[in-house]
Amino acid sequence: MKMLMKGTEAIAEAAVRAGCRLYFGYPITPQSELTEYMAKRMPEVKGTFLQSESEVATVNMLYGAACTGRKVMTSTSSPGFSLMQEGISYMAGAELPAVFINVMRGGPGLGDIQPSQSDYFQSTKGGGHGDYRMIVLAPHTLQEAAGMMNEAFELAFKYRMLVTILVDGMIGQMMEPVELPKWTKPEEFAEPDWALTGANGRKPRKVTSFDLDPYELEKMNLRYQETYKKVAQNEVKYEEFKIEDAEITVVAYGTTARIVKTVVDYARKSGIKVGLFRPITLWPFPYDRLSEISKNVKNILTVEMSYGQMLEDVKLAVLGKSNVHFYGRSAGVVPTPVEILDSIKKIVR
Amino acid sequence: MTIDKIVAQTPKSLSKVEFSYCPGCHHGIVHRLIAEVIDELGIASKTIMVAPVGCSVFAYNFFDLDGTVAAHGRAPAVATGMKRALPDRIIFTYQGDGDLASIGTAEIVHAANRGENITTIFINNAVYGMTGGQMAPTTLLGQKTTTSPYGRDAKANGYPIRMSEMLSTLDGSAYIERTMVTTPQNVIKTKAAIKKAFQVQLKGLGFSMIEVLSTCPTNWGMTPIESMKWLEDHMTKTFPLGVFVDRTKGLM
Repeated sequence: MKMLMKGTEAIAEAAVRAGCRLYFGYPITPQSELTEYMAKRMPEVKGTFLQSESEVATVNMLYGAACTGRKVMTSTSSPGFSLMQEGISYMAGAELPAVFINVMRGGPGLGDIQPSQSDYFQSTKGGGHGDYRMIVLAPHTLQEAAGMMNEAFELAFKYRMLVTILVDGMIGQMMEPVELPKWTKPEEFAEPDWALTGANGRKPRKVTSFDLDPYELEKMNLRYQETYKKVAQNEVKYEEFKIEDAEITVVAYGTTARIVKTVVDYARKSGIKVGLFRPITLWPFPYDRLSEISKNVKNILTVEMSYGQMLEDVKLAVLGKSNVHFYGRSAGVVPTPVEILDSIKKIVR
Repeated sequence: MTIDKIVAQTPKSLSKVEFSYCPGCHHGIVHRLIAEVIDELGIASKTIMVAPVGCSVFAYNFFDLDGTVAAHGRAPAVATGMKRALPDRIIFTYQGDGDLASIGTAEIVHAANRGENITTIFINNAVYGMTGGQMAPTTLLGQKTTTSPYGRDAKANGYPIRMSEMLSTLDGSAYIERTMVTTPQNVIKTKAAIKKAFQVQLKGLGFSMIEVLSTCPTNWGMTPIESMKWLEDHMTKTFPLGVFVDRTKGLM
């Protein structure tokens, strides 16, 4: 049965159904409804909701709760995500699984509260210190976002990594019908063999991102890199939309990709064969597939709600095999289908 | 030879890893007291420790307990996450004055204010030890450190911050006491205070903290004996010993 839901609420309910029983958060627009939903919902499912004193505290609460091997999550928006970067780096180093929702808004600084995609660098290249990665998933509809929550937790535990679901204020605030995912049973979730639960009848366990001996720390880092390599090999996801006969392929993710789907149909009606390549995992980025595609298409247009962040990954994938163009609006301005179509026309004519 | 009676031994809750502390430093004494208390209360199998950033960053390895190291100042938030996930476990943080009284003030204040059912052992030696003796928020007025080479001046650097007094004003704080370990008698008093703090947590009464005034001979530029005297003569004037809040009466 489909339900009419707000993006933030659909994501929250999907997380509960995925077995998350520990939510820590701090109010920030445009995602406060997610925090509010959890405040109401967690007690109903015997879970824990805690409003922290800051995003700095939130991410460290997440660190502590994740140490116990439970499914934990938080949600925030851009300025809050910046504050969490310290803890994110520590969690990555301690190989702790957790799920973050970043509902991006216009920046930099206080910016505004409208949709944006300008946290791409921060999410995919590491906003905190050190050589770490986090898995970044970018849904383009509420349905896709809700359907991703269980997978996000599975990936987090499979690889002992952080997973960020990167959406923008549009997906966070919009309402549309959603088929909620099935319930997973929390009792079927096995406690990981690294969890800190008290050394009862076993040797004490330590979970840290720390070793003062550079050779030991290097070993830890090489282990992280091995994990990242596996993720890059196994977990890349993307969608191809009408690219087979395209004379120009647009690369876009999230809300922008959704707008581009409309543009593809518009353009085809006026005789321009446009396709869409939509990365679903922003890290790992689908370099290989985009590289293949770029061999057979003359023009590639990257469209983002930023001034060209994913563009750098697109260029790395294409490596000169086709012409890479860019169109972007940022600071909370959402590009219209007409604007995008105009920029396509400029390229193909 | 058979042993008739064991009068002293290494507490079971301490690991075999050798301490990395300087001669005359009080961390070692306090570590031992915590381990003895955990042994006596029989809670090692359900205790998780959160070590800080600072000289005691290695503490997670000195205890034979499940443990982690928090980011600088964030131990109370990490402990909160653990306690909320596993309410029946015993969670304690071990923090220095740079960690707790400077960079981590927000986390300790709000953990105490929530009445978070955790225990904090707070080591106050009036300097940043690990980084080489810089001025801390607890540095005494006139005290020379590497970043207050002419002595701490209230006009430029403010005043020594009294965390125990401050936190005791919060309704969530169940038990807060300041002690020192300069004499056998004070060591015994400190052990009793630490034991009480853990018992407060076992009873679920709220936030408990023991602040232990400690020496740092290396960074103070004194011998261990001179440091003890300086602590007793000067530190206790700014940081008086005593119980600042006790909301456990009739509950324990």
